[in-house]
Amino acid sequence: MSSETKQILTTDGIPLEVSLKKAEKKNKIKAFLLVAPLLLFLFITYVFPIGEMFTRSIDDKMITNMLPKTFKAMEKWDGKELPPEEVFAGFYLDFKVLVKNQEQGKLGQRLNKEKNGFNSIVKKLMRQIKRNKIDETISIKEQIMKIHKRWRNVEYWQAIKRTAPPYTMAKYLKGMDMYYAADGSIAQVDEDRRIHRILWLRTLEIALFVTIFCFLMGYPIAHLLATLPMKYSNLLMICVLLPFWTSLLVRTASWMILLQQQGVVNDFFVMIGLVADNNRPEMMYNKVGTYVAMTQILLPFMVLPLYSVMKTISPSLMRAGKSLGGTPFVAFWKVYFPLTIPGIGAGCLLVFILAIGYYITPALVGGASGTLISNHIAYHMKETLDWSFASAMGLMLLTGVLVVYWIYNKLVGVDNIKLG
Amino acid sequence: MALPTYTETRYRIWHYFYIGFCTFVFIFLIAPLFVIFPLSFNAEEFLVFSEGMKNLDPDAFSLRWYHEMVYGTKNPWGLAAKNSFIIAIFATIGSIILGTLAALGLSSRHMPYKGLIMAVLISPMIVPLIISGVAIFFFMAKVGLAATHTGIILAHIILGTPFVVITVTATLSGFDHSVTRAASSLGSNPVNTFMKITLPLILPGVISGGLFAFVTSFDEVVVVLFLAGLDNTTIPVQMWTGLREQLSPTILAVATCLIILSTLILVTAELLRRRSERLRGISR
Repeated sequence: MSSETKQILTTDGIPLEVSLKKAEKKNKIKAFLLVAPLLLFLFITYVFPIGEMFTRSIDDKMITNMLPKTFKAMEKWDGKELPPEEVFAGFYLDFKVLVKNQEQGKLGQRLNKEKNGFNSIVKKLMRQIKRNKIDETISIKEQIMKIHKRWRNVEYWQAIKRTAPPYTMAKYLKGMDMYYAADGSIAQVDEDRRIHRILWLRTLEIALFVTIFCFLMGYPIAHLLATLPMKYSNLLMICVLLPFWTSLLVRTASWMILLQQQGVVNDFFVMIGLVADNNRPEMMYNKVGTYVAMTQILLPFMVLPLYSVMKTISPSLMRAGKSLGGTPFVAFWKVYFPLTIPGIGAGCLLVFILAIGYYITPALVGGASGTLISNHIAYHMKETLDWSFASAMGLMLLTGVLVVYWIYNKLVGVDNIKLG
Repeated sequence: MALPTYTETRYRIWHYFYIGFCTFVFIFLIAPLFVIFPLSFNAEEFLVFSEGMKNLDPDAFSLRWYHEMVYGTKNPWGLAAKNSFIIAIFATIGSIILGTLAALGLSSRHMPYKGLIMAVLISPMIVPLIISGVAIFFFMAKVGLAATHTGIILAHIILGTPFVVITVTATLSGFDHSVTRAASSLGSNPVNTFMKITLPLILPGVISGGLFAFVTSFDEVVVVLFLAGLDNTTIPVQMWTGLREQLSPTILAVATCLIILSTLILVTAELLRRRSERLRGISR
């Protein structure tokens, strides 16, 4: 057989197999070239910058570059007792360069973060060097130690040694309320100062509850939309699609109006006698507001995938279940519900992913309890300008989202996302 | 949804409870949009229904805030609207071109690493906006495009393309490739085939993807907050600052205009979807 197939030639005299392979390859390249512009664009403007966030978050080269001779000399130092003369000499030479470039202030600030009290002794040393008080012919160790008693304290030298590596995980530890202790081990922040853990838990809690609320409200209406005759369901679909297409800020604004103390919801509660007029509950600037507004805003993302799955389920399946003796509840639970699980997975994970990165709505209606991880990242980007910490927090959040996305991909497949 | 006459009472009760609950959810979804509408015609400065409005007193209603929106002194809305439209239109065009090309490549059965590439192309939709914002800001700051229209447009192209890729790929999934082959065999070159055969057939998908991209850009605030300088504020940024500082009814007038705009977009998108379904022969 094989000898026969080899003999099949194209009109150009090339074996068909070769010619076909060539054509396939050409098609492959053609298809790839169509995708290439967008892929290249995204890599340059998006994927690499996210990678850059990572290098930025672990970058700690500043001191490494400032004190090269010191760290070279420190390699031989065991770090238990005061360092030997060479370390002091190296530090002195590095420091002289810094003073010449007027960069010693940055060093002091950075070291002060590592151990309190560095700022003042760095300044003292700077003054001595500027006045040429240090004699390079005799022991530099003795002279530096004389300047301030902290220079005689081994803990300060240990702190300098800790800053030697060009990369640090400190920002990630800070994001989890941990830090490097003096001996290099990882320690927990005092209990009353663990703000980041509270933020992570709050973000997770809000995302989880919003997903549950969206599911509980979205499932029945998706079912109704899928089972009603087309002319009614098209009309009701507008109720889902109009909020979906409306600006997020418009919807947040309307919730701010509805939920305020003199707002429509409170008016209604007073009217039906649920609460007294002078005792209107605060529904905004707390978690209630965040839950209500976020549920309404994300509900369409739950309803649409559920609807597209439910639409494909034939109504005769339920009838068959019932005619075989199941009560409507049993028929629903055993027949209908399992068929909708792909839609549930898609909807829940979509809502969860969107909710966990939410920023605008909680900031506007959530008050102090509406500060989530995203708000915190924005705060560090814009106010404290601690960009490496913001990057670290962002990447920790991204890791979480990617795990969820991976599960989503396994369960439903990314290319099964449908819109509208 | 009439129940058959033989339905037992408890299922009857359950059914009415179900209908009632669904009604509640639909009201929950749509009602917030309708609160804005009457309040934007409030004659007073407060964001609550005044006594006059409750009694439908004509004096309690006015177009004052719409006037303020258009002619108000040092009002930011004119500039913001201009910026929003310029940015959204260019971002949409960019997203459509890049996204459609990519979708054409992705739906070819010769495409290598399809799943992986699709995951990368869709990632801007999945990655939380705040992270996209930080990353894009770092990039734009490095190449000197922060606080420029170009920077914001490029950022919105990043965020908008996934929608175009998804809708166009979906349209192409029902696409009969033999028509392009027929065109080629009749002597048409690839560009001509695309313009005369493929594009008209996938146009509904392209336009509805473009609508998504437009709305994404028009409504986007997180990334713009990072990138925008004073000259590039957009409508959402203005609303964000307005809602944070003082809630003026002018915002409601703007919001009403935005709701009208989104209604128009919804109608267009819906008509396109039906047309596309009819063309693909899956309409019922």
